[in-house]
Amino acid sequence: MLLPGVAFFIVFKYVPMWGVLISFQNYQPFLGFGGSDWVGLKHFDRFFSEPAFWTLFRNTFLLAVYNLIFFFPLPIVLALMLNEIRLQAYKRVIQTIIYIPHFVSWVVVVGIAYLFFTTEGGLVNEWLASVGLEKISFLLSADWFRTFITGQVIWKDTGWGTIIFLAALAGVDPQLYEAAKMDGANRLRQLWHITLPAVRSTIVILLILRLGHFLDTGFEQIFLNMNAMNREVAEVFDTYVYSVGIQSGQFSYSTAVGLFKSVVGLVLVVAANRLAKRFGEEGVY
Amino acid sequence: MRTSISGRVFDLFIVAFSGLFGLICFVPFLYVVAASFTAPEELLRKGFVLFPHSFSLDGYRYIFSTPTITRSLVVTIALAAIGTLINLLFTVLMAYPLARSDLFGRRPLMLMIVFTLIFSGGMIPNYLVVKSLHLLDSYWSLVLPGLINAFNLIVLKNFFQQLPDGLEESARIDGCTDFGVLFRIVLPLSGSALATFGLFYAVGHWNTFFNAILYLNDADKWPIQVWLRQIIILSQAGIGDASSFDDSFVVPPPAIIKMAVIVISTVPILLIYPFLQKHFAKGVLLGSVKG
Repeated sequence: MLLPGVAFFIVFKYVPMWGVLISFQNYQPFLGFGGSDWVGLKHFDRFFSEPAFWTLFRNTFLLAVYNLIFFFPLPIVLALMLNEIRLQAYKRVIQTIIYIPHFVSWVVVVGIAYLFFTTEGGLVNEWLASVGLEKISFLLSADWFRTFITGQVIWKDTGWGTIIFLAALAGVDPQLYEAAKMDGANRLRQLWHITLPAVRSTIVILLILRLGHFLDTGFEQIFLNMNAMNREVAEVFDTYVYSVGIQSGQFSYSTAVGLFKSVVGLVLVVAANRLAKRFGEEGVY
Repeated sequence: MRTSISGRVFDLFIVAFSGLFGLICFVPFLYVVAASFTAPEELLRKGFVLFPHSFSLDGYRYIFSTPTITRSLVVTIALAAIGTLINLLFTVLMAYPLARSDLFGRRPLMLMIVFTLIFSGGMIPNYLVVKSLHLLDSYWSLVLPGLINAFNLIVLKNFFQQLPDGLEESARIDGCTDFGVLFRIVLPLSGSALATFGLFYAVGHWNTFFNAILYLNDADKWPIQVWLRQIIILSQAGIGDASSFDDSFVVPPPAIIKMAVIVISTVPILLIYPFLQKHFAKGVLLGSVKG
């Protein structure tokens, strides 16, 4: 029964891991993996000495930080709020609605954002014009890019992110609240002493997982939002790998870039997990 | 519970805030759907329409006149249906043995799976594997590389583990084989888990975009999301063939066409979601409990 699954993991997960070795080669498609020359760290040297490296690093890092600061806490806050709503029917309706954006593709999200924010008849700009303000070229502007990206992430996944916290909150023993009330705790105190500790380990685990994917800025989203006018701030490691690897066929060099990213991710997960354990949490593994 | 003034303000605030967030999530969809059914003149005059006065199906008539969109819609529906069944079958076949404590080599196997969650070869080695298997420009390139989602697999394994052991034992005493136990005892009890992961896989296939760009050069095979990008973001005009209509038909303005394409590429997947919603809260809950 296991065989097909194991075969899948070997062929599509572990063979590519072995395939990263081409970043130490001058891989030629017609010579193949066995026939290409080994060149040591040449591609890594090239990558780290290129000015593009710092641009990519800054763009990726800033988007990740924006994401961590502005997006990460929102599902927690929203879940805590939903948890406090007593009117169950209202809560259910809100929940159903806020999950929806998670199910549409990035193409649709970016498409809808385009329809709303374009300078040619987009609703937001039409409104700006109607109140006498100047139109803003959101889509083609480097200044707005990071705000725009983070906004889309918030819109798409905040609601979905509440699920896991709501699940953790549903497991809280109601007697704890009763006891706290008897002791005279008001609702803010209950929130602080009962509700937040209940979701703490979930927050830590999600934070670790997020750190592990710190440099994954959401390839599709960036790719779809990128254009000639904002490329300078939009290009991240993933889009760079795509354009030098797939589009210009520099397989070895782009694999080196991808490997750099994967290794940084791995180091971050291990470090974050250690840190979590030191603070007395369970960690992911 | 008796509520103080501050408690009421608190309640009012959370109700208002969550309501506002709900509106922000919902209104864009409502607008796109409403606008796609609005007559072009009304949309131009008002700009923002949530409840159109004058209906028009011109956007849809135009889109379905094009063989391109119709074909890609068929491709996407078939991919979501067949792909999801294949995903579920292979995920179940691997999750069930892993859930059994008598499996030889269970720990190393689990470690091997978990490791793929935190490290991967990356885009180019994946591409080269797909290429060397001669899967480029084949629909299999959209199914095989994502055959089993490691996260779904682990959650499903945990789900199987918490089913009572006695059921399996009694089935085995009655002469059931391993496959018999899985298909006749375990799976019928796993409705909500299967519905949850089925939905996740189906959404993944329906929304597939990047793999299609990466692996399919042949535009005739593109799924709907790739065409959506061409039409909305790259503003590629001229997908349609207005000559097949009678003379009175005027090609609708691009905005209407874009709205209509968004609707047909979104609505089918959103229609199955409400039926499965009650299951996936449970499914995700399983994932949050470590096992």
